[in-house]
Amino acid sequence: MTSLDDLSLTEAAALLERRALTSRELTAACLARAEQRRSLNSVIALLADRAMVEAEDSDRRRAAGAARGPLDGIPLGVKDNILLAGVPATAGSNILRRHVAAYDATAVERLRRAGAVLLAKLNLDEFGMGSSNENSAFGPCRNPWDESRTPGGSSGGAAAAVAAGLCLGCLGTDTGGSIRQPAAFCGVSGLRPTYGRVSRYGVIAFASSLDQVGPLGRSAGDVALLMNAIAGHDPRDSTSAPRPVPDFAAAIGRGVRGLRVGLPREYFELGGCTADVAAAVRDAIAVLEAAGARVSEIALPHTRYAIACYYLIATAEASSNLARYDGVRYGDRVDPGRGLAELYLATRGQGFGAEVKRRILLGTFVLSAGYYDAYYRRAQQVRTLISRDFEQAFAAVDVIAAPIAPTPAFALGEKTADPLTMYLSDIFTISVNLGGVCGMSVPCGLSAGPRPLPIGLQLIGRPFDEESVLAAAGALQEATDWHRRRPPEGGSGRP
Amino acid sequence: MNDHRGFESVIGLEVHAQLLTRSKIFCGCPTAFGATPNSHVCPVCLGHPGALPVLNRAAVEHAVRFGLAIGCRINQRSVFARKNYFYPDLPKGYQISQFDRPLCEHGQLVVDVDGQPRPIGIIRVHLEEDAGKNLHQGSDPSRSYVDYNRAGVPLAEIVSAPDLRSPAEAVAYLRELRAILIYLESCDGNMQEGSFRCDANVSVRPVGQSALGTRTELKNINSFKFVAQALEHEIERQIDVLADGGQVEQETRLWDEEAHRTRPMRGKEESHDYRYFPDPDLLPLVVDDGWLERLRRERPLLPADRRARLQGELGLPAPDVAMLVEDKALGDYFEAALSRCPGNPRAVANWVVNDVQALVKNAVGGAAACPVAPDALGALIGLVDAGVVASAGARQVFFELAAGRASDPAVAARALGVELVDDSAALAAAVDQVIASSGAEVDKYRAGKKQVIGYLVGQVLRRLGGKVDPKQVNELLRRRLDA
Ligand SMILES: [Zn+2]
Repeated sequence: MTSLDDLSLTEAAALLERRALTSRELTAACLARAEQRRSLNSVIALLADRAMVEAEDSDRRRAAGAARGPLDGIPLGVKDNILLAGVPATAGSNILRRHVAAYDATAVERLRRAGAVLLAKLNLDEFGMGSSNENSAFGPCRNPWDESRTPGGSSGGAAAAVAAGLCLGCLGTDTGGSIRQPAAFCGVSGLRPTYGRVSRYGVIAFASSLDQVGPLGRSAGDVALLMNAIAGHDPRDSTSAPRPVPDFAAAIGRGVRGLRVGLPREYFELGGCTADVAAAVRDAIAVLEAAGARVSEIALPHTRYAIACYYLIATAEASSNLARYDGVRYGDRVDPGRGLAELYLATRGQGFGAEVKRRILLGTFVLSAGYYDAYYRRAQQVRTLISRDFEQAFAAVDVIAAPIAPTPAFALGEKTADPLTMYLSDIFTISVNLGGVCGMSVPCGLSAGPRPLPIGLQLIGRPFDEESVLAAAGALQEATDWHRRRPPEGGSGRP
Repeated sequence: MNDHRGFESVIGLEVHAQLLTRSKIFCGCPTAFGATPNSHVCPVCLGHPGALPVLNRAAVEHAVRFGLAIGCRINQRSVFARKNYFYPDLPKGYQISQFDRPLCEHGQLVVDVDGQPRPIGIIRVHLEEDAGKNLHQGSDPSRSYVDYNRAGVPLAEIVSAPDLRSPAEAVAYLRELRAILIYLESCDGNMQEGSFRCDANVSVRPVGQSALGTRTELKNINSFKFVAQALEHEIERQIDVLADGGQVEQETRLWDEEAHRTRPMRGKEESHDYRYFPDPDLLPLVVDDGWLERLRRERPLLPADRRARLQGELGLPAPDVAMLVEDKALGDYFEAALSRCPGNPRAVANWVVNDVQALVKNAVGGAAACPVAPDALGALIGLVDAGVVASAGARQVFFELAAGRASDPAVAARALGVELVDDSAALAAAVDQVIASSGAEVDKYRAGKKQVIGYLVGQVLRRLGGKVDPKQVNELLRRRLDA
C-alpha cells in the first residue's frame, strides 16, 4: 500500500469503503502532515479537534452501514474566503482576522452532507487578490516543490496543501485563475467550473460576476468527485444556474476519441512561454491526439484585451464588495475616537493590505462619474466580445487546450515590486472567467533543472460542459503519470 | 394662489413607500415594525461576508400593481444597481436600488384642488431596500447605536415630474398617492412610523418663464401638515431671496418643525458620486407576459373607482366622498353598512363620516376595528327608515353597540325603551289630552302662530316618553287642529 500521504481521494475512498482504513487514521495522518509541513504556511486555521470528531462520526456511520458516499470521512481543506460556521473566515485579511463566520457556505454545507471531514482553512491572497499568495496578512504560503517559490495564487494554500498531502482535496475560488494557476504551480488538478455551476453563497466576494468556487485534488477523478458534491443550483444564490448536474465522475473514463481539441493561436503567440512550458503543453496535446482527439488551431482574437478588461471589471466590483468592511458591525474596528469618518479611515486604512487598497482605488475610479462609460461600460463590451470569441471557437471544437501560465512557479518576491508584471502572469487564465466558460488545470510535466517544478495544461470547455474538460483530463492522466508526482520532502528540491 | 409676487413655484416629490411584504426584499427576515432592535436580522441584511441577496417576488408584485394603477409602462426587464456610499445604517456600503432601468416609468396621477383636476406626471417607480436606523440612545450615552431591523425592508421610490405648482397640489398629490397604495394594500401609509416618507424638490421662477429656477431639496417632512408648511415657507424664502436680487443656492434643507422654518442641513452636503453599477449578485428582473397579465387581471379597487361610485352612482355630498375615499377602511365600512341598508346611502354616509369616524378616529386599525359592526349600523339605519326608532333613539342604540353592551340594534332599542310606540290609540289619546290641557297654545295656533306646534309636539312626546316619531305626532296634531 502507498503511504497515507500519497493517497488520492479516489484511492482513500476505496480503502474506506473496504474498511481497510478509518477516517480517524486518515485524518490523524493529515493533521500530522500539517504539523510536519508547517513551514509551507499553507494553513491559516487547523481545525484539529473538530476534524477528529467529524472523522469519528464518519467511522460510526460507516460501521452502521450508513456511509454517505465517496467523500464520507475524507479530510478536506477550505480556502479561507469560504465560510465555515463557528470558525473565523479571514479572507487572508487583517480586517477579518477575528471574524467568526455565522453560517456555512452552501458548498461547505454540501461537503458536510456528503460526510467530508473539514480539517483546515487555507492561506490565500487577501480577498483573493493576487497570483502568488504574497498578499496575505498571514504571510506568504510556500510552494512544496521549492519553498523559495510561490505556490501561486490566490488559492495558494489550497494547492500547496493538496500537493503536500495535508488533505485529500480542497475548495478554492477562481476569479481570474486563482484555482488553475496555483494548481499548475503545485502539480495538482484544479477545476474552475462554469459561472453559476457552484453556489457563491458564503463565499467572501472579490468580483461577484467572475468568482466561482471549485475543487482542487490530486487527480481529475478526485476533482470530479468533489464536483459531484458541490455543484448544483442554490436558491440562496440568484446567479447559480438551475441546471441539472451530471455525474462528473462518469466523464473521467469517457476518453477523447473524436473529441475536437482547439489550440488558440493567440495564447501561443502572446504568452512568451518558457521552453519547458511550451514543450510540456505540446507533449500533452500530442498525448491527447494519440488517444484519439482531433487537434486544430483556433482563434480567440480578443485575448489581448482580457487583462485590461479584467482589471476594470474585477476592481470595480471589488471596490463595492469590500465597502461592507467598515468596522461597524463586525470585523476589526480601529476607532481613533474622532468621529465616523476617522473610524472608517483608520479601520480600512489599517485593515486592508496594499494590493487590496490598490484595487479598491482602481475600482472606485473606474466607476466614477465621467469615467464609467470609458472604463466600466467599455470593459463590459469587451467582455461580450471575449464571450463571443469562445462561442465561435466552440462551434468548431469541444475543448480548448492551452498553457496555464507562461512560466512555472516564480520565486517569492520576484514580482512583488511590479504589480503589472504580476497581473500579466494571468494572461492565459483570465479569459475563462470573462468568457463564462469553464477551465481546468492538470499537471502535464516538470521543468528541467535541479529543482523541477510542475507545469500545468489548461483545458477549457463550453459553458456547463465540465464533462468534456474532465474527459480530456482523465485521458491525459490515463496516459501519463504527471499527476502522481509528489513534491520532494521538505521542499529541498531533491527529486 | 399659484402666483406670489409674480413668481410661481415648481414642486417635484420623491416618495419612499415601505411595501407591505411579510419578509424583507432580499432575505427572509420579517418586516414588522417596532420589534426589539436588531432582532429581525440575518447575514444577508447585516451585510455579512459571503451573504447574497435573493429578490422577494412579493415586493415586485406590489410595485407592478402600483405602476399599473397609475398607468405606468412596466419595464419587463429592469436592473438592480448598487448605489455606493458609506453610512453606518447601510450594512453593505451600498444600497441595492434601481438606476437606469427602473421597474415602472411614465405614469400619471390626477390631483384635484378646488375642483380643478390636473394630471401630474410620475417619472418612475423603482424598487430598493431600506436602510437601518441610527439610534441616538442606548446603554452608553457617548455612543451611537444602529438598529438594522429596517435594513432590507422593501421600498418603492416614486418620483413625480416637477408638475406641482402649489403646496396644496403637493398635498393633494401625496394624499392620492397614499390612498392608492393603501387601496392596493401595498403600504400602510403611516407617515409617523416612516412607512410613507416624502422629500420635495422646490424652485420658484417668474411667472411666464419656462426655464426652471435653482431648486432646493426638503427633507424630514413627515406629515401632510408639515409638507404644506415646509413648502410654503421654502417658497416664500426663495421668493424673498430672488426679490432681494439674490440667488437661491442648490442645497438640501430640513424642515424644523419647532422653529417652523426650513434650514440648511448642517455642513455642506457632500456632492455624492454614488458610482451606480448593475448589481452582479442579482439577475435582471424579468416580469414575463404571464406574470404581468395576471397582475393586470387582478386589478383591485382604486380610489378613483370608489370616488366614481360614491359621487356618480350614489350622489353623495363631496365632503363625504372625499372622506370615504381617502380613508379606505372608512369607505369599506360604508360599503358594508350600505349593503345592509341599500336604500339610503346618504343616511349611511352621514352616520359613517360623523358617528363612526368620531368613534374610531384614534383607534389602531381605523374603521376596520370599529366596535359597531357595519352590518349592525346598516340594520340600525334600517330601523330608523322603517320608523321603528327615531334618530335620537338610534344614537342611543349606537352608543350602546359601541360600548359593547349589545350587538343587535333591534334588541338594544327594545331594551333601551326607545322603540317608537306603534299604538295609534295611545298616540291619539295623548294628542287629545295635550290639546285639551293646552288651551292657550291651541288658541295661538289657530290664530295663526303656527310655530307653537313645536311646543305641542314636545308635550305629546313627553307623555309618551319619547317613544314616538315626532313627525308622526306633528302630522296628527296639525290634522286635529286644522280640522
Ligand atoms: Zn435578513
